[in-house]
Amino acid sequence: MSVTAHTTTVAHHEEPGAPMGKAELGILAFLATEAIFFGLLILSYVYFRVTDNSAPNADILKPNFIRTLIFSLCLFASSGTIVLAEQALKKGNRRGLVLWLVVTVVLGLAFLSGQGWEYAELIGENITPARNTFGTAFFTMTGFHGFHVFGGLVMLSILAGLAAAGDFKGPHSAAVTCVSWYWHFVDIVWVFIFSMVYVLPALGII
Amino acid sequence: MSDVPLIPDIKKPFYRLGEKEGLMSWVATVDHKLLGLMYISTAFLFFIVGGLEALLMRIQLGTARNTFLSPEVYNQVFTMHGTTMVFLVVIPLMLGSGIYLVPLMIGARDMAFPRLNALGFWLLFFGGLLLYYSFVAGGAPNGGWFSYAPYSERAFNTTYGIDYWALGLFVQGIGTTLAGINFVVTILAMRAPGMKLTQVPMFVWTTFINGFLIIGAIPPLNAALVMLLIDRRLNAHFFTPQSGGSSILWQHYFWAFGHPEVYIMVLPAFGIISEVLPVFSRKPLFGFNAVAISTIAIAFLSYAVYAHHMFAVGLGPAFEAFFAAATALIAVPTGIKIFNWVFTVWGGKLRFTTAMLYCVSFIFMFTIGGISGVTFAVVPTDWQTTDTYYVVAHMHYVLFGGTFFAVVGGIYYWFPKATGRLLSEKHGKIQFWLTFTGFNLTFFIQHFLGLMGMPRRVYSYPDYPMWSLFNLISTIGAFLLGFSILYLMVMMWWALRKGQRAGDDPWDAYTLEWSTSSPPPIQNFDIIPPVRSRRPLWDWKHPEDPDWKRDHSGKQLAMQRSDEA
Repeated sequence: MSVTAHTTTVAHHEEPGAPMGKAELGILAFLATEAIFFGLLILSYVYFRVTDNSAPNADILKPNFIRTLIFSLCLFASSGTIVLAEQALKKGNRRGLVLWLVVTVVLGLAFLSGQGWEYAELIGENITPARNTFGTAFFTMTGFHGFHVFGGLVMLSILAGLAAAGDFKGPHSAAVTCVSWYWHFVDIVWVFIFSMVYVLPALGII
Repeated sequence: MSDVPLIPDIKKPFYRLGEKEGLMSWVATVDHKLLGLMYISTAFLFFIVGGLEALLMRIQLGTARNTFLSPEVYNQVFTMHGTTMVFLVVIPLMLGSGIYLVPLMIGARDMAFPRLNALGFWLLFFGGLLLYYSFVAGGAPNGGWFSYAPYSERAFNTTYGIDYWALGLFVQGIGTTLAGINFVVTILAMRAPGMKLTQVPMFVWTTFINGFLIIGAIPPLNAALVMLLIDRRLNAHFFTPQSGGSSILWQHYFWAFGHPEVYIMVLPAFGIISEVLPVFSRKPLFGFNAVAISTIAIAFLSYAVYAHHMFAVGLGPAFEAFFAAATALIAVPTGIKIFNWVFTVWGGKLRFTTAMLYCVSFIFMFTIGGISGVTFAVVPTDWQTTDTYYVVAHMHYVLFGGTFFAVVGGIYYWFPKATGRLLSEKHGKIQFWLTFTGFNLTFFIQHFLGLMGMPRRVYSYPDYPMWSLFNLISTIGAFLLGFSILYLMVMMWWALRKGQRAGDDPWDAYTLEWSTSSPPPIQNFDIIPPVRSRRPLWDWKHPEDPDWKRDHSGKQLAMQRSDEA
């Protein structure tokens, strides 16, 4: 986490008021639509948590909180590694760019594996979208998030391939910036889901 | 800069779009002009289908206890009529007009993302086909255009109709979202040198605000649709009250989309009116800033009024008071616009072309729809009129008398630009009066039917006094209206081949699209006139009295003139 904090500050210092191109504007508008989409999925989860808290509910996830925390940390850390990739691009360091993109992909894969493991366990206990409103909202929300992580991994892999082929000369690439913003966004969505589904129930708040 | 020469009167080569390359040039194109026309053609294609569905309904309702359509078929027909008209006619017309006109009006070569533009069109097109495939796949959707849960759930609705409905609209919704993003970025990043964001033509401005509305409003629809699909296909429980879900949640999500959607369907129409009225009144738009700011106000308020669609649910007094107040409030910025249009026309040197006739009658028709709309803000009145033909009459006055009149006015106005040929004014006037008469004959009387208690979406009605007569009048009007639309299509088809050559600027207009040839060349512009005011073409044509030498308000303008004198 300290890595994330450190590198984002550096990035902020080095790019004061960078001109925003069409691609950047476009991805911001796209992420705005995505934010509303996920906001409503999360809202439906919270609504059912409040109105229909019949078992099984989020309490079933408590015993494995540490495992979820670990794979969440992988995802959060990957937001830092993609910033390192952008730093490498800025310095014209092709190997650094490829390396950090690959590390980002690996961390994302770790997150998806963790999610797959959790899904397998829940489904093994017959907790599915069809079980009750918890299963419905939980699988919809985390499923769409996982799908977006997967999409991000595809884009990151393409970027890594292009970088290895020497397509990005630096110091700036709209493609890298946009994928990076998308990746941060996916990360932020998980901050909300992780808080709502895992942290707050573990603390006994909702 | 002030001594710019007048537009050189060069005979430009005349050609038809896509002429050289054949059909593939349309399928593979990323050009905004072709894509805009493809949106509009697609809309007309679905308009024929949706219109035929409307006529089927009107035949069934022509007399009491009619047996022309079975209740099952009637449910499918009214659902497909509403869904088609909203998502496959009005939305593509609005998007298509914007995609065709915005780059031309701001002096750009194309939209910001041409490939995304093409993707958006094809998603919309195939989304529409997916929706219509339901007829083959065992039955069209039958839940109305808002498919209320739990009736739309599988427990009550076992065919695949609703699944195709949700999938088709989801695909179409993604396409619409992409177009919205494209509008916002294009208008922010692609304007001609010198054109400030506050100087764009009003149609561009309303499309810009519309882009934000789309970005904000389509995601709730998409979220609701995937939730419904997950309910239906994975036996989940979002909207099934019998297992802990909430059918009211569907209504909240759907109308959080549905009401901004109403403004998505009308804001570009406001823009068209604000372009056509000034040109045919020989005046600038009255109160440009007021029209622009009231557009923003409408966009914000549109998110705060959605629950007036849900008063019958029983949301509780606090909710109802809030949404009633917001609904009444949104009439204020809308009213500001009406006054600005009236003052634009007032004292002008009017030319009653067909485009002008449509746009002037828009003001009247939209005002009628607006007034009946405000009555829904009064909760007890809403309870009385909800789900009656009063609602049907209201929304057709807004969407047909409003949006569609503006679009047809826009077609008469911009058809010469897009094709290089004029639509016949003689036939245009006949066509206008047919539409005007047919429309009012069909829908005005439905206000009374609604107040007399006739429910919407019911396939038949008992033989109460006057009901058969009123419904028959409405049916006759509907056929007149159908005939007028057929008339328009034949006119367009004829004009494409034999219409009078239009020249670059047949209306002596003010905005940049008229400075290029008709139809515009692939690169749009050879020369872009310098942009120093909101009417760059006026400035170019009138170097002795350009707008940029004047102040925005009329009063100061008079002072400045007297100073000069």
